[in-house]
Amino acid sequence: MDFELSEEQSLIKDSVTRLLRSEYGFESREKHRAEPLGFSEAIWQSFAELGLLAIPFDEDDGGLGAGPVETMIVAEAFGRALVVEPYLSTVVMAGAALRHAGSPEQRAKLVPGIVEGTSRLSFAFAERGTRYDLSRIAMSAALDGEGFRLSGEKTLVLNGDSATGFIVAARVAGSLGETTGLGLFHVPADAQGLTRRGFPTQDGMRAAELNFEDVFVPNEAVLGDPEGAWETITRIEAETIAALCAEAVGSMQRMVELTTAYIKERKQFGVPIAAFQALQHKAAEMYIALEQARSMMFLAAMNAGEDDDAARRAAISAAKVQIGRSGRFVGQNAVQLHGGVGVTMEYEIAHHFKRQAMIDLMLGDADYHLSVVAAQGGLDED
Amino acid sequence: MDLTFTPEEAAFRQEVRAFIADNVPEDVTETLRAGRHVSKDQLVRWTRILNEKGWSVPHWPVEFGGTGWDPIRQYIFQDEIQRAPAPQMLPFGHSMVGPVIYTFGSDAQKQRFLPRIANLDDWWCQGFSEPGAGSDLAGLSTRAVRDGDDYVVNGQKTWTTLGQYADWIFCLVRTDPAAPKKQMGISFLLIDMTTPGITVRPIRTIEGGHEVNEVFFTDVRVPVENLVGEENKGWDYAKFLLGNERTGIAAVGATRERIRRLKEIARAEPSGDGVVWDDPRFRQKVAAVEIELKALEMTQLRVVSTEARSGHGKPDPASSILKIKGTELQQAATELLMEAIGPFALPFEAEDQDGRNEPPVGPDYAAPIAPNYFNYRKVSIYGGSNEIQKNIIAKAILGL
Repeated sequence: MDFELSEEQSLIKDSVTRLLRSEYGFESREKHRAEPLGFSEAIWQSFAELGLLAIPFDEDDGGLGAGPVETMIVAEAFGRALVVEPYLSTVVMAGAALRHAGSPEQRAKLVPGIVEGTSRLSFAFAERGTRYDLSRIAMSAALDGEGFRLSGEKTLVLNGDSATGFIVAARVAGSLGETTGLGLFHVPADAQGLTRRGFPTQDGMRAAELNFEDVFVPNEAVLGDPEGAWETITRIEAETIAALCAEAVGSMQRMVELTTAYIKERKQFGVPIAAFQALQHKAAEMYIALEQARSMMFLAAMNAGEDDDAARRAAISAAKVQIGRSGRFVGQNAVQLHGGVGVTMEYEIAHHFKRQAMIDLMLGDADYHLSVVAAQGGLDED
Repeated sequence: MDLTFTPEEAAFRQEVRAFIADNVPEDVTETLRAGRHVSKDQLVRWTRILNEKGWSVPHWPVEFGGTGWDPIRQYIFQDEIQRAPAPQMLPFGHSMVGPVIYTFGSDAQKQRFLPRIANLDDWWCQGFSEPGAGSDLAGLSTRAVRDGDDYVVNGQKTWTTLGQYADWIFCLVRTDPAAPKKQMGISFLLIDMTTPGITVRPIRTIEGGHEVNEVFFTDVRVPVENLVGEENKGWDYAKFLLGNERTGIAAVGATRERIRRLKEIARAEPSGDGVVWDDPRFRQKVAAVEIELKALEMTQLRVVSTEARSGHGKPDPASSILKIKGTELQQAATELLMEAIGPFALPFEAEDQDGRNEPPVGPDYAAPIAPNYFNYRKVSIYGGSNEIQKNIIAKAILGL
């Protein structure tokens, strides 16, 4: 048991922190997200140069061969700076699909583009009725000669408007809610019959709706068993939640820092408002919520790659509950302690607050994951 | 970063678990599983079993009977004790005055007291709080006046836990009322409870039990050799003592054990056509506590591993998190137990009622549940109230 970073991990942390410090202050962030793609291509190239886009991939595929702890380090730093580049969608989500289900040929074809920063894939799974249950996928993939034809709609696809391609979850067999019969398909953004409509998100990022009209996907673009993708989907989900937890913690940490700095500076009644015990205790409670969340971020990273399905699910769900609750508590109180300026676009705190709110709603909110843990009978130990 | 226990640590856990399983007397296990307090005799027996193994004071320096375990192993040991469940060591000698004596005491005091603490030959109690000195401990007014080779002590201590069994009490007393700061005129005295002039009066706590006492001192003569360290430096030793109350304070293992029991009861208690555990809402409440507890366990491991790296340093202000969250979760678990048992929490049965022949009203596990819920309101009050802990976080961590 050792919570210290290894030398390699420290290097990753230092390099990403240094880059974000110089290129990703709050005002820079607002500029980056105002660019045409909704993020900065220059920053994305810097990520590639630092090797951040290579982190989870095997060395054989041109990656760094690192794991959930390294992803956690990067995601935490990104959360702190509210990074808007498509790291989660491309490296974490689509990356997990390729790592877990891609054949060596598919990885050889797709991973180098990601690592070099030239291709950006998004994972398209959500539909109107999916909510938090990823087996509720209706979009059909019908056998057609040497491939499949995809028809239907995907929504809430993160960075889907700027992605160069998609990993699409679609149903080859079975019906809505069944975990069998699902496949994963690689579809280039310019595939015939695919149209998309981009939109901004509440937290300053971008996403898209996709419409598939008989889009042909050849067999060599099917990742793994066309009817057996469920295991991969649950792994993508787990790794994504673990990364989201880290992002949330980075953002919460920043909120605690911004808030304590603000209340030490802001004067009312002739004194800094930090002199008031009511505010001190709120700040202390925010700190506790942050540290409890950080602990569960570690738990999520520890378990993101766990092979035992039930153990992985329990730990990941538990982490998402804690992060959701802590994030809401820290966010709401950070805004409250800022007073009026906390509810303006001008202050950084508001943007963290909004990001926390959206993170909670991604891949299951706190109540949803609490019911998952409860349905398993709780966190029974040994 | 390696967030799993090493194979050596895992093997150590198995060794501890096996020893505890094989050696806790059966009557002691029964008492604890039923959610009742162990008796003095049960605690003495268990302490001596551990002492024979060399494990009764694992965190002490090896020369005084410690084990030399690193903080992670000490954590594992503590966790296994709580999980088993086995009795916790009486903290007053083991974690409080023992470390003060080996750190600040004279050689004579070390030789005289430490082996007897390790074997629970002496039952110690704590004389810090007074009616007028609670969270503001330095406001204490019990006086000690030097007279020849003795101090003469007059005053009153209160909330003296298990003082009714005590052979010795360690006290903070005021030796210099004229000191410029109230913290500066305090000394740390070791007092034999059989000394003439000491009266112990029980306080009945909320659930009806006798756990705490008032202790009155009237012209009690204490030999000067029982002064620890220097006169008027007692506040430093007290701060040291309170700062040592670290890893055990979260009581993660104890709460985990209590939740295990809670589930057992919820699966047995009838509700509608089924049992309490069938209610998803109830299960979610339990799961919510378990999740917070898991987070706290990780938080505690983080504090412990920081300590393991930095060696024995200053108390980590993060231990205030352990106190606050740990006590909130202890209280949440006792509360859920009461919800699980429902109306059968109602019957009152005095715990010290010897030779009871009548059968219990309702299930036999019901009796201690409401009393524990009542009694555990204390945990967020003692040891520096949770509000004081928030002050510490605000000041020492957040710099407010």
